[in-house]
Amino acid sequence: MSSLTLAVRDSATMLRRTVLHAWRYPSLTLNLLLTPIVLLLLFVYIFGDVMSAGIAGGHADRSAYIAYLVPGILLMTIGGTVVGAAVSVSMDMTEGIMARFRTMAIHRGSVLIGHVVGSVLRALVSVVLVGAVAVAIGFRSTDATALEWLAAFGLLALVAMALTWIAVGLGMVSPNAEAAGNNAMPLIVLPFVSSAFVPVDAMPGWFRPVAEYQPFTPAIETLRGLLLGSEIGGDGWLAVGWCLGLAALGYRWSTSLFSRDPR
Amino acid sequence: MTTTPDAPAIAARGLHKSYGGKHSGKDGGKGPKKVLDGIDLAVPRGTIFSLLGPNGAGKTTVVKILSTLVTADAGDLRVGGHDLAADPQAVRAMIGVTGQFSAVDGLITGEENMLLMADLHHLPRREGRRTAAELLERFDLVEAAKKPASTYSGGMRRRLDIAMTLVGAPRIIFLDEPTTGLDPRSRHSMWGIIRELVSGGVTVFLTTQYLEEADELADRIAVLNDGRIAAEGSADELKRLVPGGHVRLRFTDPAAYRSAAVALREVTRDDEALSLQIPSDGSQRELRSILDWLDSAGVEADELTVHTPDLDDVFFALTGGTDQREDVR
Repeated sequence: MSSLTLAVRDSATMLRRTVLHAWRYPSLTLNLLLTPIVLLLLFVYIFGDVMSAGIAGGHADRSAYIAYLVPGILLMTIGGTVVGAAVSVSMDMTEGIMARFRTMAIHRGSVLIGHVVGSVLRALVSVVLVGAVAVAIGFRSTDATALEWLAAFGLLALVAMALTWIAVGLGMVSPNAEAAGNNAMPLIVLPFVSSAFVPVDAMPGWFRPVAEYQPFTPAIETLRGLLLGSEIGGDGWLAVGWCLGLAALGYRWSTSLFSRDPR
Repeated sequence: MTTTPDAPAIAARGLHKSYGGKHSGKDGGKGPKKVLDGIDLAVPRGTIFSLLGPNGAGKTTVVKILSTLVTADAGDLRVGGHDLAADPQAVRAMIGVTGQFSAVDGLITGEENMLLMADLHHLPRREGRRTAAELLERFDLVEAAKKPASTYSGGMRRRLDIAMTLVGAPRIIFLDEPTTGLDPRSRHSMWGIIRELVSGGVTVFLTTQYLEEADELADRIAVLNDGRIAAEGSADELKRLVPGGHVRLRFTDPAAYRSAAVALREVTRDDEALSLQIPSDGSQRELRSILDWLDSAGVEADELTVHTPDLDDVFFALTGGTDQREDVR
């Protein structure tokens, strides 16, 4: 068997295992879904009138704010599900079965690839569910073509993949599940200090670089452009660049951690 | 394959391993801790080899290294004819490992664990299902097959663990303390399983802290103590290393004990237990001469027992010096 077929076959087996775990124990996935949905409802129905004053020069209404908010919430959903990946990787690494996998003639990276692909699938399912809630409360895209929808979905998958590789590394350096959850916290906090809730222009000047030079802002702006027809400009390439960079970094980090002697 | 027919299944020369060397601080931090200090082993094909030693002797480290889980610092190591350092993946294709801590996925069922192994061994679907079903049957897990492995008892988990190891029909099996923590019944059924494996031509590398287990199962035994092999040989060879065979006479009446002790003179006295020990190899001829001697001396013991040296004697004789160090740790 060539090493590529071996990699694909073993990774598919490991993916089946990850999916089986998620299927048998859906509570982790559902818990992670709760946060973005609550935030969506909170910002629309409780803070909606105030928040809408901050965009479009104060002439926007609540439905305009829903449109502004949803792309950020969708990316936040990905950040949340990815934390779940960090937790399950760290739990998996402490299991005895990991020693068994390491002593079997299987593709070395398959355990991690199984986790990553499983996490991306979970993120996309979560995005669909949160998106359905958004549509139910009045979110509509502005003349997005099928191609733009496809690109939006592709972007979300790319972000999920990039963040998951980072989360897998975080999960592997963490001694236990709690530590993994804490270490992956920035993936939940970063969207708050991005353009998810308010435009970067509305933030204090000293803070703007934090919001501008991080992966979530260009990804959110790109998603807005695709779904709402706003200007994407350089944000598209910037978002893709961030994702590829983070994915490469996370992949190298995680696989080198995995090939070290276990504790 | 690069194997020659008479090459040992497992061969190690000069195996060294230390832990914690890299992280020791320069401000008087302890140096690396030597765990294995030059180990030589050779295990012929189709035999059971037992590595015996107290807790902390390094048994698990030997298994981890030989099963490619951790890398050795030094040593010429070959498993199944393949060099461990150069081609670990070829070694992995030949071995099966059941570690001290159960290597089953507790979140999925026993059957799903078995099918996972079948998939990872790239068995065709139908063959994988058949193998899984056969092994579940053989290890008495059919009833529990549809339940999550986390709900299994200790003995069931261990059986599932071994069953999973056998899915790929490995030629060399490492068992790290396979019966630790099992009740007597599960232990005996595990022994039966291990004997069955070897009758099929498999090589078994077994670690244990139970002398009885090594005596019962192993063709050859190595006593590991403090990172070195203290002795190696068959159970009988090891027993010959230490004196300890004797006939023991026990008395209930102190007066009878005293007169016997005076009459027999060159025996070892245990005044507290009112017993006398006469050195003996336990053979019938020697026993008869002892009995004749006792008769002629007019000694009538209340109880006579023959004690042949067992592995306990060997074990304590070989590892006794480190008792104190064990306590300090």
